[in-house]
Amino acid sequence: MLHEGNVVVQVRDLYYTYPGGIEALKGVDLEVYQGEVLAIMGENGAGKTTLVKHFNGILKPTRGQVLVKGIDTRHASVAELSRIVGFVFQNPDHQLFADTVYEEVAFALRNFGYPEHVIESRVKWALNLMDLWKYRTRSPFSLSVGERKRLTIASVLAYDPEIIVLDEPTAGQDHLQKEKISEIIHLLRLMGKTVVIVTHDVEFVTEHVDRVAVMARGKILAVGPPQRVLCDPRLLREARLVAPQLVRLSLILRRHGILNEGEYEWRADKLAPKLIKALRGGADGGSPGI
Amino acid sequence: MIVRMSRLSYRYPGSEDWVLKDVNFEADAGEFVLLVGPSGCGKSTFARVFNGLIPHFYGGELVGEIEVCGMDPREHPTYEFAECVGFVFQNPENQLFFTSVERELAFGLENLGLPREEISRRVEQALREYQLAELRDRSPYELSGGQQQRLAIASVMVMQPKILVLDEPTANLDPFTAVRVLALVRRKTIEEGVAAIVIEHRLEVALPFATRMVVMVNGQIVDDGNPAEVIARQKHVVGRPQALELVERLIQAGLSLEVEKPSPEHIALSIVRAYKVGEHAARRKRGSPG
Repeated sequence: MLHEGNVVVQVRDLYYTYPGGIEALKGVDLEVYQGEVLAIMGENGAGKTTLVKHFNGILKPTRGQVLVKGIDTRHASVAELSRIVGFVFQNPDHQLFADTVYEEVAFALRNFGYPEHVIESRVKWALNLMDLWKYRTRSPFSLSVGERKRLTIASVLAYDPEIIVLDEPTAGQDHLQKEKISEIIHLLRLMGKTVVIVTHDVEFVTEHVDRVAVMARGKILAVGPPQRVLCDPRLLREARLVAPQLVRLSLILRRHGILNEGEYEWRADKLAPKLIKALRGGADGGSPGI
Repeated sequence: MIVRMSRLSYRYPGSEDWVLKDVNFEADAGEFVLLVGPSGCGKSTFARVFNGLIPHFYGGELVGEIEVCGMDPREHPTYEFAECVGFVFQNPENQLFFTSVERELAFGLENLGLPREEISRRVEQALREYQLAELRDRSPYELSGGQQQRLAIASVMVMQPKILVLDEPTANLDPFTAVRVLALVRRKTIEEGVAAIVIEHRLEVALPFATRMVVMVNGQIVDDGNPAEVIARQKHVVGRPQALELVERLIQAGLSLEVEKPSPEHIALSIVRAYKVGEHAARRKRGSPG
């Protein structure tokens, strides 16, 4: 699934100190591979958002280097990097400003100087994709929170950036909106986009990402597949993250010999058959463990 | 019953549509009521009825019967509810006003006209309980999201309200901090008999603390009862955490599980118990003379 040869974002020994003097990043190294879905996790204030703001040049390294498709972000403008890296902020209201839904999506395309007929077809495509075409003449602010979130995604998708950064896409979203966001991420994956998600939502991460980078106090503690990273109680404690529900449950079952050492399933549909076998096995006098 | 509402309906000024429709709701001291439902279903409106913000501040038309701490909010000004109902918003910044944490905590108490010793006793206790002692001289605006949320809850709790209404208190918090904040609320319900009404989308975080779950859809209460049972009935609306899906699958397979609380740890222990019972039965079968 990963094309390790194709690094689209390379972060090298990145330090960042805010003008107020707070050192938010303290030596971060990270590679983002083409076509992967990567989650960046960590407690409030760990430096997640500060890190991703370097990807499109909103922030420039105090020390170290960030390369986006080989371009050193210190020598590139936000406008230039934005064509490669689309950014969807946590709070859509910080991003929306146009009078109509249509204009909202058209804005960036106009800025990039596309001809009007291209703009029209792109806007239509992106709004249809996010199921918002029916609202094209309405004000963005008349939409629901979930719809506004989808609108910000549409306005980023319309100019077709290769890398898409989503900051806390599921925060404050209800069940149905979360399902929609799951579908969107699946869609982005099918389109071959590289997706970086900043999130606290461990359950969401277990289902949707290829790799997780865990941050704490301005550093990356670990990077790897969720199966490994989110099953490491010591690491999770250090990052002040809570393990996925079924990992917490499996840990206890392992301690009682119902699951074998190192055995995890975090989907109920996978774990249930194993447990049913173990519990029935117990009744038949079967061996402990599975 | 500390809260009693019957056939309660509400519409905002100038609006034809009722946002709350025929709501019947009661809450007793010591309950932790988890209130869930899709965005825009009327939950936040409902929360604002408790201390009379609706109708006093928002206007509109509120019909039906309502009694909160023995008073009808329509007949008493909001400040009379300050000692009875504590209200914490989703975004704590909206309710922090002062230059220091200590001032923030003392303000409401000074307004109640309490004696100086009583004020300082309660402030000291809150600083301790909410782990704010080291931050007492800091400006609330310098605090992290988790610290601000603890301060917002503390500044409400010093008033010793009988009812605590929290509107998405953990939306901006990492899971670790979110669990801590909700655990504090649960403690208040157990130790001091506070009735807590908590609006929350993140079931996996909030469920272990809830004694009861209420689902609101389109301004109506569509379900109310034991949290695990409500989720089984309403999973299409509110989602279902993986741990509960596992329970459902095991029960469907004919295993008998008694789950005390819907947390992964409690569920794991009930699986361990079932496993031990099975093992024990198998041993007896083997041991009995054939």
